[in-house]
This record gives sequence, structure tokens and C-alpha cells, in this order.
Amino acid sequence: MRAFLNGLARFRRGPWEMLASVLIGLGVVMLMQPYVLILYTYSFAVTLTGTVLFLVVSHFPEDEA
Amino acid sequence: MTDSPMTRAARATPPRVARRIRGLSDRAIAWIFVAPTIFLLLAVNIFPLIWTIRLSFTNFKANRNRPIEWIGTRNYERILTDSDIWLTMQATAHFLFWTIFFQVLIGFTLAWLINRKFRGNDLWTTIIVLPMMLSPAVVGNFWTFLYQPQIGLFNYVVSFFTGADPSSFQMIGDVNLAPWAIVIVDTWMWTPFVMLICLAGLRSIPDYIYEAAEIDRASNWRQFWTITIPMVLPFLMLAILFRGIENFKMFDLVVQLTGGGPGSVTELTSINLKREAFEKWRTGYASAYAIILFVTVFGLASIYVKALNKVKER
Repeated sequence: MRAFLNGLARFRRGPWEMLASVLIGLGVVMLMQPYVLILYTYSFAVTLTGTVLFLVVSHFPEDEA
Repeated sequence: MTDSPMTRAARATPPRVARRIRGLSDRAIAWIFVAPTIFLLLAVNIFPLIWTIRLSFTNFKANRNRPIEWIGTRNYERILTDSDIWLTMQATAHFLFWTIFFQVLIGFTLAWLINRKFRGNDLWTTIIVLPMMLSPAVVGNFWTFLYQPQIGLFNYVVSFFTGADPSSFQMIGDVNLAPWAIVIVDTWMWTPFVMLICLAGLRSIPDYIYEAAEIDRASNWRQFWTITIPMVLPFLMLAILFRGIENFKMFDLVVQLTGGGPGSVTELTSINLKREAFEKWRTGYASAYAIILFVTVFGLASIYVKALNKVKER
């Protein structure tokens, strides 16, 4: 967890891509779930944020192992 | 001595053109070759995408000759609070999940069986692949006959195994069965595609890996989970990516089969989008709808390709 937060703070690609992926996944689940309409309403905002974030952070440097 | 094709091409080039080309740098010549492709890409893909984004913020109707009014994000707000569109998203999710689940399960099993050397294995491969070669419109049409409660073969097969009266249920007319009816037809049609990709994966595994595992006394079960599955996984993921994208925009098969009915239980997003765009002529609204679907598929495909690359690197 500390390595993940450290990567986020140092703008490393791996953790940021992970965060963007989680946002996209969450957005898609919110879009297609059959339970709560308000989640559906905000699903596009979450997916769009995740997708734009993914495009931006894919240009960040890789974490040196 | 005969001239090489390069020499012949150089000799056939008119002197004026040859002089002009000789004066160009390699980079300029490369641009000349690439420019038509870039132009086509911009004209066919990028420009329509930007135009659609622009239209999604307007109340444009393609069948009305009136000035376009800028309405901000109102189209997006309407779509994302519309419970009918929410239902089509759920219908699409049901269709996507179950078709991919069954196609991967059955496709991989068939590939695994076909990969075992037996007599007539090529003939069986050809027979299994046949449904994939048919037109979706034709498949949709003849499955409507197969699903007929009175004369349909499907109902008789089900009644043979379950003892139920063939005319007691309607696959297409029942709100509970219709979503499964389209899943069955898509699975029947596209499982061979998944099977072919899995078969390519299985055939790419060298025999010596299994031989080494046999020497180490690994059981068949262990070989399956530690050799077969990890080595076929990139191929399986590719198959899931292709089927996922294709099924997200599924249109023709379902329109022929159920037309989105009964009610709207099989109205997938692509069918609903087509109705908004070309039956109700709400072009701006439909553009916003298309952008929402595009961002969803694009986002999913991005993380999926990243996962695929990670699996391939292993």
C-alpha cells in the first residue's frame, strides 16, 4: 500500500494506471447495474474521468524496479 | 543479363518525375506515401468523431431545416436520468456477460477436444465453423422459425428432454425467455470464432513442455492448469476483447430475431440508439448517446489491452 501511495506521489505510471483502470471499471459497473438510478446517472462522469486519466498517465515514466 | 524490377521501374518513370523525386529527402518521400492514409483516417474516423462530439451539445435534428441551438450538457443529463435507457444498458450487460461466458466455455472445450488427434478432425472443424460463415440476418431469420412454438424444432428438442409441451412456451414472445433466446443464437453463431482462436493458442504450445511435465510426473489436471491455461490465456483474452466489442454493438442479429421485443426486454443499446437517431431523428441526443457508449468501450478496451500486454510479457 505504501509503495502504491509512493508511486502516486512521484507520478509513476503503474499506480496511476491502476487508479484509472479502477475508475473505468467502476464507471462501467455503475452504468450497467440494475439497482440504483443515481449510480447510473454519475457513471459517465466516472468512466470519462478514468478514461482521460488513463490517456494522460500512460505518458508518465515507468517505476524503476 | 536481365534487369531487376527496380531498374525497370526506374527506367519506366518519366524523366521529369524522376528529377523531381530525386530532389526530395527520404522523409519527404515517406510523407508522400503516408499522407493518403492519414488523410483517409482523418476524413473517415477523426472528423466524424469530432463532429459527433460537437453535435452532442446541440438540439440538431437531421430531418429539420432549422438553425442549430447550443444546449450544453442537456442531452447527456437527459440520457443519464432516463430509466428506459438504463433498462437497455441492463439488457446489453445481460447479453454481453452471458454470451461471452458461454462462448468462452464452449469454445475452449471444443478447441481442446478438436486439438486431440483423431480421425476426421478436419471435417469436424469445418462443420463446427459453418455457423460463423452465415449472414447474421439469415441466422436471425431462420432461428425465428426454429423458435416457433407450434412448428419450431427448438421447442420440440426442449420438450423431448424435459417432457414439457412444445407449445407451452415461447422463446421470443416471453419477456423472461427472450433475453436468453438472443444469447443462445449469438452463442451458436460465434462460439466457433472463439474455438478457432483457442485452437491457435493450443497448437502454439510446444510438445516438449508437456513431455518435461510428464517426466516430472505432473498429473493431467496439473498440466492443464499450469501449462495449457497460462499459455492459452493471451489468445482467450483476445477472443474476449473481440467478442466484447462486437457484442456491445450487436444490432442485425437481434433486430431480425426479436426486433427488440417483447416490449423492450431485448432492446440493446445499439438498437435503441438507431431508433433515436433514424426513427425519432433526435440527432443531437443520439450523438450524446453514441459518445457515452464510445467512452465506455474505449475505456474498457484500454484497460483490457494493458492487461493483455501484461499477460504476454509473463
